[in-house]
Amino acid sequence: MVVAAFSDFMQQIVSGLAAGGIYALLALALVIIHRSTGVINFAQGEMATLSAYIAWTLIAHHGWNYWLAFTATLAISFGGGVLIHRGVIRPVEQGSVLRIVIVTIGLLVAINGFIVWEWGGEPQLLQGPFGSSTYDLHGVVVSANDIGTILVAVAIVVLLWLLFRFTKIGLALRAAAVNPEEARLVGVRVTWMLALGWGLAATLGAVAGMLTAPAVFALDPNMMAPVLIYAFAAAVLGGIDSPIGAVVGGLLLGVLLNMLSYLSQYGAFGWFTEELRLPAALLIILGTLLVRPQGIFGKPEVKRV
Amino acid sequence: MTVLLELDGLEARYGPVQALHGISLTVAEGEVVAVLGANGAGKTTTLRAISGTVSRSGTVQLEGKTLRGGPEVAARAGIAHVPEGRGTFVDLTVTENLRLGAYTRRDRQVKDDIRRVTEYFPWMEERRGQRAGTLSGGEQQMLALGRALMSRPKLLLLDEPSLGLAPMIVREFFRIVRELNDTEGLTVLVVEQDARIALSISSRAYVLEVGRVALTGSSEELRRDENVRRSYLGY
Repeated sequence: MVVAAFSDFMQQIVSGLAAGGIYALLALALVIIHRSTGVINFAQGEMATLSAYIAWTLIAHHGWNYWLAFTATLAISFGGGVLIHRGVIRPVEQGSVLRIVIVTIGLLVAINGFIVWEWGGEPQLLQGPFGSSTYDLHGVVVSANDIGTILVAVAIVVLLWLLFRFTKIGLALRAAAVNPEEARLVGVRVTWMLALGWGLAATLGAVAGMLTAPAVFALDPNMMAPVLIYAFAAAVLGGIDSPIGAVVGGLLLGVLLNMLSYLSQYGAFGWFTEELRLPAALLIILGTLLVRPQGIFGKPEVKRV
Repeated sequence: MTVLLELDGLEARYGPVQALHGISLTVAEGEVVAVLGANGAGKTTTLRAISGTVSRSGTVQLEGKTLRGGPEVAARAGIAHVPEGRGTFVDLTVTENLRLGAYTRRDRQVKDDIRRVTEYFPWMEERRGQRAGTLSGGEQQMLALGRALMSRPKLLLLDEPSLGLAPMIVREFFRIVRELNDTEGLTVLVVEQDARIALSISSRAYVLEVGRVALTGSSEELRRDENVRRSYLGY
């Protein structure tokens, strides 16, 4: 009984990390855009859904190999993100951030409408690349899909870290985001850096979308709505301007929500049912904003007088 | 002497307020030129108009070519502008600040140049990984200068480098600027509130008054002229 409980517990941790990895990717996308544009991109979830539909079309209708479709979708999403910035965000960038927020909400509605118009509202099946097999590791049963999801999320985070840390373009992206005026003085073309940031965010979203569809067993127009809320909670928890915070926040949230579900089976938190996962995420957002508004890894905002 | 920078009838405005009313000025290659004047005379705006940080009319020519566009264009043309109030990337490390200074360069000698620049500021060596925001005011000003040097500029614009710094640090800062001019032939246009120190390192100076050039001459002359000192330079 104790052994069974332990392996069950470990399984919940692994699947929590897999879900958390997806939240982390989408939270990173939110953080990248918040740092550079100063707003929450409410369309981030729908952009990810659109990417997943593109991948599905390439695989199911055109018979592409999964990883080929994956790569192509990332490239298309990157271009799409850049275009969104150049086309609809940049024109409203001067002035109140509220204007950008409204544009991102408009984008959410527009992209969602486009998906239903193009592909219909019925759920489709986007197979993951990892199959549905499970492995038994000393009594802990883990699914290939969970392990694969974790590995992809880790790989993407590492690549992104390398880009920001060690490349000239990454340095320019950071400089343009935190200090645009200074960045222009050293010759950085800031508006292009912001567009690149949107491209990167869209690419991260694309990975999250493609990983979400197999995890929830259906590709449907609204599948990313809850994931966006979790990502938002993860970003706020970790610190809305902190990339590390987004990753840690995402993983923490994934594991935490799974733990609550797990414990409820054993009597503790017996009232915690699946329906309460989203409200729990909102509670985390609220709690973080009240107790530590800058999040775990955020620096408190200091305004120079 | 070849003229490096030439301003002709430069005007600039902040919304409805006109800050510059037709500034004309030249800087020759290898010169250190000071721009002096009271608060609000348009010193900072002159530099901002040169680098394109404010919208301007009139012409700015670098090596005979007219500059058009914002600060990215000026930076690519070879102008390094160290703005008022340090101008470092506070969230980035010392090394990252220096690397960003070389952003417009395509050559492979950036690493060597980081070494060369840190020779002027030995303290940077041990603190390469430190965030610029945690440096002292004087260190940040030195870092801003080091970052500007990393672009191998044709022209260095310095805006009020003495602001908020201890006299000893200010002297050290200007000593390094002087040395850069002597040994590397660096051309500098410096805006300063502290007329005494600016005149001591420059060869010529312009005195601005409400957005116009009120007088100009060699730094030596200006320093000697009692009237000028009293009415314009305040010491």
